[in-house]
Amino acid sequence: MFYREAGQFKTTYQADQAVFPILQDRIGLALILLGAFALIPLMASDFFISVIMIPFLILALATMGLNILTGYTGLLSLGTGGFMGVGAFACYKLTTLYPGINIVVWILVSGFFSTALGIVFGLPSLRIKGFYLTVATLAAQFFLDWSFIRVQWLTNYNTSGAIEVPTRTLFSMPVTGPNATPQFRYLVILSIVTLLTWFASNLVHGRIGRMWMAVRDMDLAAELIGIPLYRTKLLAFAISSYYCGVAGALMVFFWYGSAEPGVFNIDQSFTILFMVIIGGLGSLTGSFFGAALIYGLPIVLKIVLHGVGINILPATVEHVTFMSVGALIVLVLIIEPLGLARLWQITKQKLRVWPFPY
Amino acid sequence: MRMKATILAGTVIVATAMTGSVLPAAAQDSIYVPLFTYRTGPFSGSGIYIAEGMHDYLEMLNQRDGGIGGVKIAIEECETGYDTKKGLECYESVKDKKPVVVNPWSTGITLPLIPRASVDKIPVLSMAYGLSASAVGDTFPWIFNPPATYWDGASMILSYIGSKEGGLDKLKGKTIGYIYLDAGFGKEPIPFFEQVSKDYGFNLKLYPVAATDMQNQSSQWLNVRRDRPDYMVMYGWGALQPTAVKEAAKINFPMDKFISIWWPSEDDAAAAGDAGKGFKSLNWHAVGANFPALQDIKKFVTDKNLTQTDKSHPGKVLYNRGVYNSMLIAEGIRNAQKLTGKKVVTGEDVRRGLETLNVDEARLKEIGLGGFTGPVKLSCADHNGHFATFMQEWDGTKWAKIGGDIKPMADKVNPLLAAAAKDYTDKNGNWPKRTEACDKAS
Repeated sequence: MFYREAGQFKTTYQADQAVFPILQDRIGLALILLGAFALIPLMASDFFISVIMIPFLILALATMGLNILTGYTGLLSLGTGGFMGVGAFACYKLTTLYPGINIVVWILVSGFFSTALGIVFGLPSLRIKGFYLTVATLAAQFFLDWSFIRVQWLTNYNTSGAIEVPTRTLFSMPVTGPNATPQFRYLVILSIVTLLTWFASNLVHGRIGRMWMAVRDMDLAAELIGIPLYRTKLLAFAISSYYCGVAGALMVFFWYGSAEPGVFNIDQSFTILFMVIIGGLGSLTGSFFGAALIYGLPIVLKIVLHGVGINILPATVEHVTFMSVGALIVLVLIIEPLGLARLWQITKQKLRVWPFPY
Repeated sequence: MRMKATILAGTVIVATAMTGSVLPAAAQDSIYVPLFTYRTGPFSGSGIYIAEGMHDYLEMLNQRDGGIGGVKIAIEECETGYDTKKGLECYESVKDKKPVVVNPWSTGITLPLIPRASVDKIPVLSMAYGLSASAVGDTFPWIFNPPATYWDGASMILSYIGSKEGGLDKLKGKTIGYIYLDAGFGKEPIPFFEQVSKDYGFNLKLYPVAATDMQNQSSQWLNVRRDRPDYMVMYGWGALQPTAVKEAAKINFPMDKFISIWWPSEDDAAAAGDAGKGFKSLNWHAVGANFPALQDIKKFVTDKNLTQTDKSHPGKVLYNRGVYNSMLIAEGIRNAQKLTGKKVVTGEDVRRGLETLNVDEARLKEIGLGGFTGPVKLSCADHNGHFATFMQEWDGTKWAKIGGDIKPMADKVNPLLAAAAKDYTDKNGNWPKRTEACDKAS
């Protein structure tokens, strides 16, 4: 009833091929952006911003990165945690070596270090596929994890082996470190994530995205129609790693404030992979859904259980979370293998014909 | 319709989360003490005891005395799972409720809190863990880590080994192996060990154990068998410790030459059965529940089922460690009340209270912990105290104290601490200068 595209006529090919062809979608997106940029920083509590929104955006960015590789190109990777770590440590080295240059610049540059490593570890992807490639990326994860712990140069020889984020400013306001307000950090992250999402959206809807999907659906056929496999796969690795690297740098500089090498372990890779699977393989919207669900569920569970007056022990919540996330993954895989993004699509489809379904 | 309901429910959840209104607000007439604990995950084997001890002592004060100075303590546990991410989430969720002190119980969680403490005005009590350099109160006015740093611990282990060998100069040519959790915590003492190995001429062998491989140390112990160190020193936590004890027993490493920092519990030592006899660790407080305060915990808390503590746990070494931690919190708060004359104190007051903390023998007796531990006295410059500890030995059923107090090697440790504190501030650019005034000890 409300969600109906009747009367919206497309008169050009351009309008027909738009990412958001329906007016309601465009309005919805504008509202979401308005809410995210204006309402949340003005109205929400510090807790909501720093515990829910900041981690959600950063994890969504990493999920998007892995989704480009796994969802769009069909290459399963378990090295996400490692690539995120590369971004974080690169950013740390860069900003301690050249403190004069703005931290946001370094955040965006540090992604290129991940890109370089992503390409190196993506090299075997032409020869090996499926499980074998997963094992190769697993090797990347273990190697990088090992380096973060052992190569003390990366942490500037800190005795604790951890990196501590120094205070950096943007527009002469502190943006990292203890004095940075959550609102300001949130806005910087939101801008970066919005920018990169827009970029990714253009990529996957364009020629490159189609090449990736062709490779995913059948690489032999893709090769036959003239898609250079090697370059396409490596490009996917490169861009995916870039996103993960930026997410890792944001994670340490804008969220944790300091990082032990253990942060970027295999668990991190698995968490991001679960977010991709739950959210929906091959969907950018799904990346946001997946991150929101897997990261947000335990917190919402805790708040809701507390709110309705069930005085549940914190340890029990932890166990319940573990079980419910596990059950959820299995359930989603059974009911809707294409993830939350597909559910959202179905919902939209139903809304279009509501209240008179046919 | 169903969809509408779902959307509605979702909106309600988000809206309540946004306003944060469902979080129980700390009442004005209580002192809010959050406890970061971990009863789940690979470190829960150690964490459960600590959590129980910390909670029960404070709960006992609430039940017996009606809190501290007549003000109830609002105790709230937050589960961190020894995970930095969840620890930070806990910190953010308790921050607005004006906690008077936080206990991260993880070096990984302590590190990001160090720069925030002075901004949020919440003191951090990282009892005998965390950043060793934070003992320097002039640089880190908001961080407290009594009664000894990890470097003190390492020096005390070394003195003990020296006394066994008949003098530290006898260490020349010997080999000491160091097995540790390959994280911030385990790496802390390495600079110290490297320094003294040069000074005394012994060989240092490092055996790092990654957090993911805590239960699989066969390769490390294979190397131990090859290197044949004369002594083994361990800095472990959680599942690392029982595994190490088992592996040491498996390769027939002489247990009386296997010495740990203060973290192994009874369960860890018992992992190897009788073969674990002789295993040693440092400690600074008694084991067993034969103290009035612990009897009161039984009477007012455990017997009344006001806790989830297992009835067999009170008196175990790590349970008592938790009690000790809460004793410091309670005494810090009491001291703050005395200093300020206020009943309901804030984080700023408790920082002053901890800084002038002076728990002497008489005071310990008064709170029912006479003979439980040595006195604690802190100062503005020294937030640690560098107190002596003693060696305890596993006799197959319990920890037994052997020998007297071992003092840390101040001449070796203090220059390293000062250098580390300076290094920390240098690396962090514009580290704030101490502006907090120094109180006279009350």
